[in-house]
Amino acid sequence: MTGKVRVATVWLSGCSGCHMSFLDQDERLIDLAQKIQLVYSPIADVKKFPENVDVTLIEGAIANEEQLHMLQKVRARTKVLVSLGDCAVTGNVTALRNAWPHSDKAIIERAYLDKSDLNAQKPDQVPKLLVKARPLHEAVKVDFYIPGCPPSADLINYVLTELLAGRTINMEGKSEYG
Amino acid sequence: MVKEQKDCKQIVIAPITRIEGHAQVTIFLNNDDAVRDARFQVTDFRGFEKFTEGRPFYEMPSITSRACGICPVSHLLASAKACDAIVGVSPPKTAIMLRRLMHMGQLIQSHALNFYHLSSPDLLLGMDADPAARNVFGLIEKDPELVRQGIRLRKFGQEIIENVAGKRIHSADWIMPGGAKWPLTKERADYLIANLPEAQESTLKTLALFKKMLDGFSEEVENFGNFPTYYMGLVTPDGGLEHYDGKIRIMDKNGKVAAECVDPTKYNEFIGEAVEPWSFMKFPYFKAIGYPDGAYRVGPLARLNVASHCDTPLADQELKEFKKLGKNGVVQSTFHYHYARLVELLFCVETAKNLLEDPEILSEHVTSKAMVNNYEGVGVAEAPRGTLIHHYKVDPQGLITWNNMIIATEHNNLAYNMAITQVAKKYVKAKQLQEGMLNRVEAVIRAFDPCLSCATHAVGNMPLDIKLVDADGKLVDRKIR
Repeated sequence: MTGKVRVATVWLSGCSGCHMSFLDQDERLIDLAQKIQLVYSPIADVKKFPENVDVTLIEGAIANEEQLHMLQKVRARTKVLVSLGDCAVTGNVTALRNAWPHSDKAIIERAYLDKSDLNAQKPDQVPKLLVKARPLHEAVKVDFYIPGCPPSADLINYVLTELLAGRTINMEGKSEYG
Repeated sequence: MVKEQKDCKQIVIAPITRIEGHAQVTIFLNNDDAVRDARFQVTDFRGFEKFTEGRPFYEMPSITSRACGICPVSHLLASAKACDAIVGVSPPKTAIMLRRLMHMGQLIQSHALNFYHLSSPDLLLGMDADPAARNVFGLIEKDPELVRQGIRLRKFGQEIIENVAGKRIHSADWIMPGGAKWPLTKERADYLIANLPEAQESTLKTLALFKKMLDGFSEEVENFGNFPTYYMGLVTPDGGLEHYDGKIRIMDKNGKVAAECVDPTKYNEFIGEAVEPWSFMKFPYFKAIGYPDGAYRVGPLARLNVASHCDTPLADQELKEFKKLGKNGVVQSTFHYHYARLVELLFCVETAKNLLEDPEILSEHVTSKAMVNNYEGVGVAEAPRGTLIHHYKVDPQGLITWNNMIIATEHNNLAYNMAITQVAKKYVKAKQLQEGMLNRVEAVIRAFDPCLSCATHAVGNMPLDIKLVDADGKLVDRKIR
């Protein structure tokens, strides 16, 4: 395992589509496995975010307190932090709730009080939602952005290839939102 | 089923990994350290039902697709069908064929994902294998050719979606209320047809591999969520396996039809939703029986239980063999979700072939156009993980005033809790806690293949920190991985 670049992927408040697009690299994953060590990911069983991570790709916006703490921990332990996909980059669909002034309360009341048949109540033994869902760079320094909903597998592969080779990434004509 | 238990020891597994979403499990212990109960908790929430209020109805497929990146097509379909009902038109035949074809692509990629990318590290590397390598990258090191086969099978599913609808994930530009925006070209159909034989061969190989392994997992079959429940899924008018349309059938543990919902707009006469304070995922139940005894399961296992046949030759042969595993053809072990998923995978490859070889798939008539004619619409589809319901109300301008989404993964919520309790009681020995014991609790959840980004329209994230706390709250043991 030595000599491999230590890569992590993290999934905050998003749909997992960016992780699916990561897997859409298809057979290129087999080549990638020669160059990287996946040290933390929803598709791997390591449960504590490790120290000394070279590259972390983060999908999703920050929507609750636990995710905010997680993001801060990841930042402290990562050299290159990448916002992966539109929710991480802008908030995107996860942030549609922000139109309501107290959106954390509004979405909970709608789902658990208004439309339940039995035991209607607000779940309270769960992480506390933030008042608004936020993109990553509002909370921590982000080193690189890959927009897209989701970003294409080709784009993710391009960025990883360039990062692994230590080259400067040129996104001109390659990335788009949505 | 689950009661408030403040004064007892607990083990917390967080997050559950290699599932589509983040959740945690809390295991409650008696004073003698025997497992008393276990809870499956989902820890985040995005609120689609609220924030879609005021959006034009025709945006709904595009927005609700973002509930899930694993089964976006199922959301696109349920949403488009609810919108079809709002405009009050039937899509042209070819549009329905193409929607079905795209759905087969979705099921193929999602089922391949669960087997190869998420569950096979347990099945092939072992439940007690080193957690640092117990993932698909670890499997690449051990057996790259097998992983390549899985990757290519999933890729085939994704390519069906891409060729029909222009994009692999969130392909919302193509689908529209009343049909679809563009037809399938012959070149694209031919490309997919050329790849069918490999997909079928890989599926058959996977099934054979799984069946060969099955003898080694007899203990898991016996103990992984092996209990009677009700089962729910769509069936064709004559009771066959169905994923896009048809009636909702609810079957009891003996294989008797308990209810049939022919008109999907009446779904709420059959199923209710309860809330527990410790999870963002709600608890649906069969209303005729009540909560929590009206627990039912959905997804591949339930679909094969409620269906009498598949209507494709190879899958029918496999279904016959599968049904022998249970009494009256009802298979109740959650472990057999894996098996059922592979039988469905074969059905999907065969069905994709039938659709692609029908010349009508290339018709250019794929759109019916209409304005808002009804103020309410319900769309139902069988997502990879089970029955998915979108229910919208709109104002005369077509702006959403109310939205209810019942997600496939939610239906199984009562059953998850029953299953993890059973596995924890069997395997977790609190006095000599080992990682592999807890991995088995996670493995039974993986067998269900839950998609939590769908179910709560979000995910949370926590490190695994297992704490064993005594009745006074004193830390007895702690494991971090």
